[in-house]
Amino acid sequence: MKIHEYQAKAILARYGVPTPRGEVAFTKDEARAAAVRLGTPVVVVKAQIHAGGRGKAGGVKLARSADEAAEHASRILGMKLVTPQTGAEGRIVHRLLVEEGLDIKRELYLSVLVDRAVEAPVLMASASGGMEIEEVARENPAAILRETIHPAVGLQPYQARKIAFGLGLAPEVAGASVAFFQSLYRAFMETDASLVEINPLVVTGEGKLVALDAKMTFDDNALYRHKELRELRDLDEEDPLEIEASKFGLNYIKLEGSVACMVNGAGLAMSTMDIIKLSGGSPANFLDVGGGASAEQVKNAFKILLSDKNVRAVFINIFGGILRCDVLATGVVNAAKELQIKVPVVVRMEGTNVDQGKQILRDSGLGFTVAAGMKDGAEKVVALAGSSR
Amino acid sequence: MSILVDQHTRVLVQGFTGREGTFHATQMIAYGTEVVGGVTPGKGGTTHLDRPVFNTVNEAARATGANAAVIFVPPPFAADAILEAADAALPLVICITEGIPALDMVRVASVLRAGPTRLIGPNCPGIISPGKCKIGIMPGSIHKQGHVGVVSRSGTLTYEAVDQLTRLGIGQSTCIGIGGDPIIGTSFLDAITMFGNDPDTHAIVMIGEIGGNAEEIAAEYIRAHVKKPVVGFVAGQTAPPGRRMGHAGAIISGGAGTAKDKYAAMAAAGILCVQSPADIGATMAKALGAAR
Repeated sequence: MKIHEYQAKAILARYGVPTPRGEVAFTKDEARAAAVRLGTPVVVVKAQIHAGGRGKAGGVKLARSADEAAEHASRILGMKLVTPQTGAEGRIVHRLLVEEGLDIKRELYLSVLVDRAVEAPVLMASASGGMEIEEVARENPAAILRETIHPAVGLQPYQARKIAFGLGLAPEVAGASVAFFQSLYRAFMETDASLVEINPLVVTGEGKLVALDAKMTFDDNALYRHKELRELRDLDEEDPLEIEASKFGLNYIKLEGSVACMVNGAGLAMSTMDIIKLSGGSPANFLDVGGGASAEQVKNAFKILLSDKNVRAVFINIFGGILRCDVLATGVVNAAKELQIKVPVVVRMEGTNVDQGKQILRDSGLGFTVAAGMKDGAEKVVALAGSSR
Repeated sequence: MSILVDQHTRVLVQGFTGREGTFHATQMIAYGTEVVGGVTPGKGGTTHLDRPVFNTVNEAARATGANAAVIFVPPPFAADAILEAADAALPLVICITEGIPALDMVRVASVLRAGPTRLIGPNCPGIISPGKCKIGIMPGSIHKQGHVGVVSRSGTLTYEAVDQLTRLGIGQSTCIGIGGDPIIGTSFLDAITMFGNDPDTHAIVMIGEIGGNAEEIAAEYIRAHVKKPVVGFVAGQTAPPGRRMGHAGAIISGGAGTAKDKYAAMAAAGILCVQSPADIGATMAKALGAAR
C-alpha cells in the first residue's frame, strides 16, 4: 500500500526523523492559511499523488507570499499530473502539502528496503540526490552505498557512519546522521514497510540533515497488524474497479486490451495474458480468482470484468486440479444467466469431473465456447474479440 | 530416485485439525504419503484422521520419528510455525501459507541460515515425487512417475506444465513449487543444483516469473554446471512495470526483473526457452528425443 508524502513525513517525524515543517491543504484557502502559519520567506506547494516525477510535471511550486501560495494551490488542485510513473492517464491532484522552504546545500539519496538476494533489509545511499536511484544504478553502480542489516541486531552506529562518511558528509553532520539513519530504519521495521525512500535527503545551510521528500510503501501482507496505517489508504489514487475487486478478495489489475481473463493462480494468470498476446490479442486485465475459484468468486469476477467497457470477449482459464469442474461450470452458467452476459465467453478448464463440466456448459444454451487447452482457448477468444467489434 | 522426498518421508502436518490442514492431509494420505501425525496447540493427546495430534512440533517429532513437516496455519502464525519446525531440527519444512509478512520471513531466513532445516515456500503448492510422496496441495492425479524434474515459482502454472508432460507420456522425478514470495526458503539455484546431482533426473523444466533475479542466478549455474537438457519459461512477458502481479515477488521494479532479461540470461545459458506456456511439454519431448 502506498501513502502520500505528507503522511509519510508525519510517520517519520514520530520516529525522530527531521522533516520540514508543513501542513496538508485540500483547498486554496487552507493553503494560504498554512503559508501564513509557517511564516517563512519561501514556502513550497507540493501536489500529493502516489507517484514520483511531480516537479517536472508542474506539481511543485515555490511561493514567496501566502497569496502566491494560494494562487499555486488553486492552479494545482484539480490538475491532472502526468509523470513517467502515472502512465498516460495521469492523476488528478486532490491534496497539497505546504511546507517551509529550506536553504539547501547538498542533495543526497537514502532508502531502506528488503533486498531479496540477501534476505535482509539494506540501507542504500548515494551522493546523487534527486536522481532516480535506478538511473544511478545503471550509470554508476559504484556510487551506490549499501549496508545490509541483520534483523535481530538492527542498524549499528558503525554502519551508519560508513554510509555518512561514504557520502562525504562533514564530521559534525556525520555524527547526527547516525540518529537519523537509525530512526529511519526503526520506522521501516515497525511499520512493516517495503520501502522508505528519502530523495532528496538534504544538508541545509545550518548543516542539518532533513528529509526533504519522503516515500513509504507498506507490505500489504502485514497491514492486518497496522490498523492506523490502513486508515491512510487514499481510494482516489486507485482504480475503482481494482478497489471493487479487492473487496471480494480478487486480485485484479486493469490493462488496456480487449480480452478479459479470469484465471486461478497468479502464475497461470500472467501466462494467460502472455498467450493472448502471442495469439495476436491484447489482455484487458490480470485477474486471479484464487486457487479455489468458487461459484461466488466466479460471479464476482464476471461483474468486475464486464464493467470494463473495452472488453470484447472473456477467457476463463481454470486449472482446477482438486477443484471440481462440474461445480465450476454450474457457477459460470448461473453467473452468466444472472448477469445477462452479452460478450462471447471461452472456457478452458481442467480438473476433477471435467467432462461433466464441459457438458453443463454446452447444455446451458448460452453459447459458451469450450476450449481444448490453453492455446486453443487463447486463439478462439482472440478471434471472437476481433469479430465482435 | 528423486530429490528431497520419497517413500521414506514421514510427514507431520502443522495446523492438522484446521479446515485446510484436514482437507489436504486427507488428500496426501489418499495419495500414499506417510502422514505420521499432526500438531495443533491445545489438541494434544487427541487423534485426527486416525493419527495422533500433539501440542508441539518437538513432541510430535520425537514421538513419530517424522523427518518433514507441512504447514497449513494462517499467515499471522506461519512464521512461528516455521521456526518451531526448525527448532525441532526437522530437515525439511514445506510452508503452503500465502500472505506472510515479508519482515517475518526476513527474521525466519536469518534463523534458518544458521541451522540444518531446509524450507520450501512459503506461498507454494509444495513438493511431489510422483508415485512416492506428495506434500502439499497439488492434484496428485496429473503427475506420472518418471525422470523430469520440475521447479516453478507458481502453483497452477506448474500443474499446467506437469499436465502437458504427463499427456505426452513424460513422467517426473520430483516437482517443486518454490513459491511466489520475495523471500523463500528454497531457490531455483538450490532446486536445480539438486536436480543436476540426481542421477534419476534426466532433464529439468524451470518455470520462472517476472521480479527479482533468481532465474538469472540459476541460469548462470546451469551454463557452468548442468549438462542435462533444461526447458525454461517465464510468466509475465506482458506485465506492466510497477504492478504486483498477484505474487508479492512478481513485480518489475526499477526496470529490473523483466521477462526479457530472464529469457536473455536463460538463452545465454543454453536453456531451451519457450515463449508460449502451451509449448512447455512439447519442447521437453523434443529435447528428450534429441538427448536419446
